[in-house]
Amino acid sequence: MKVLIPTPLRQYAGKKSSIDVAAGTVGEALQLLATENPDLRRHLYTDDGDLQAYINVYLNDDDIRYLEGKENATVKESDTVSIVPSIAGGRGSSAFDFS
Amino acid sequence: MPGILDKTPVATLSNDEILRYSRHLIIPEVGMAGQEKLKAARVLCIGAGGLGSPLALYLAAAGVGTLGLVDFDVVDVTNLQRQILHTTADVGRPKLTSAGEKLKGINPFVNVRPFPAMLTSANALDIFREFDIVADGTDNFATRYLVNDACVLTGKPNVYASIFRFEGQASVFAAPDGPCYRCLYATPPPPGLVPSCAEGGVLGILPGLLGVIQATEVIKLILGLGDPLVGRLLLVDALSMKFRELRLRKNPDCPVCGAHPTVRELIDYQEFCGVRGESAPIMAEIPEIQPQELKGQLDAGKDIFVLDVREPHEYQICNLGGHLIPLGDLSRRVHELDSSREIVVHCRSGARSAQAVEFLRQVGFQKVRNLRGGILAWSDQVDPSLPKY
Repeated sequence: MKVLIPTPLRQYAGKKSSIDVAAGTVGEALQLLATENPDLRRHLYTDDGDLQAYINVYLNDDDIRYLEGKENATVKESDTVSIVPSIAGGRGSSAFDFS
Repeated sequence: MPGILDKTPVATLSNDEILRYSRHLIIPEVGMAGQEKLKAARVLCIGAGGLGSPLALYLAAAGVGTLGLVDFDVVDVTNLQRQILHTTADVGRPKLTSAGEKLKGINPFVNVRPFPAMLTSANALDIFREFDIVADGTDNFATRYLVNDACVLTGKPNVYASIFRFEGQASVFAAPDGPCYRCLYATPPPPGLVPSCAEGGVLGILPGLLGVIQATEVIKLILGLGDPLVGRLLLVDALSMKFRELRLRKNPDCPVCGAHPTVRELIDYQEFCGVRGESAPIMAEIPEIQPQELKGQLDAGKDIFVLDVREPHEYQICNLGGHLIPLGDLSRRVHELDSSREIVVHCRSGARSAQAVEFLRQVGFQKVRNLRGGILAWSDQVDPSLPKY
């Protein structure tokens, strides 16, 4: 199955836009990703191991929060998991330049 | 779907306006009734920048009767790559002065209402109550949550878009029975984790694409036409030119729009987003060196290892001849550094390098300092021939 990596997180995932993983559930797929890309882990999970509140995970078109089993929802080889983080850009001022 | 303005009295059009809007009037789905709804509509645009530019320009051209604009900024030369409301001659002028002139120039029948202030918890509800629809084109999480909560509390739909590099998101939040932004993201990321446009960059046309999607949704809401982006998150990837759609649900436990809301009035959004309080003290502990001091020590032949933690494409724009390890690669490539040497770390403006210094100190480096203000400050204080970006 394929996991789509959004632009802001690609820098923590070897600059890849999608990664193929072999996993039985959505949670397993994300854990595999976090293990293979250690810098990605803190962007996906809290210290307690919960998914970060500013990250949403979709199995195909559905938010896993509303699927039976949530993170334990089973996946097929043909499925796509999307990681959708909150992004804020728009006005484009220099007033919020944290760089 | 019913229009947002179905209960408000409609305005009448003059003969000049009828001629101006003739290409609308001959579409049966718009017609005189639709154009009068547009004239009666009051739309508030938060931000007159990347998204706000195409949004306000098209809404003005389309004949939206009252256009409110909230922005406190002045036009900067780096805005012109994408903020098409403003021109080179406007650099240094307030964005709302520039925007007002352009919008009136396109359509003198539009009543432009400028609010030259930062949107805050103190003023948002009063401003929002004077409008029918709010379009959020801001660039930071604190204002995003403020706009969302104020829309829920005042019952105004929030036509939303945001952008990052080549990607955009759009939706309509806080519509009757629809989800709000907090249903999607209950809390914001900690500051600095997700880069801002100023940090991460944005393709200039992208706010054009997303701002026009916002304008389309606003007009559909006013006219009561089609299927609005309520309960749907549109994801736009300009590189693959793919538009995907994800289903959004109203969260019954949402703290603002759920069955038992805990947020019943506006809160301190700077604090909610961790912008104040957390990040500043951490930064204060980071040892720093001023550009002039570094220049003096390098000129005196002192052994200092300059580490540049920007990206390779930034190094190509300008550099201080330092050793390049992008911040994201630092943990993997830390073995390239000699902890016995004195190290000065820099980036563009000093924030990424502060993170690098913090990380290096955690893994045992003791003689490591942050170049205060980064390569921008170096250009200002030491070498004005170095380009700023």
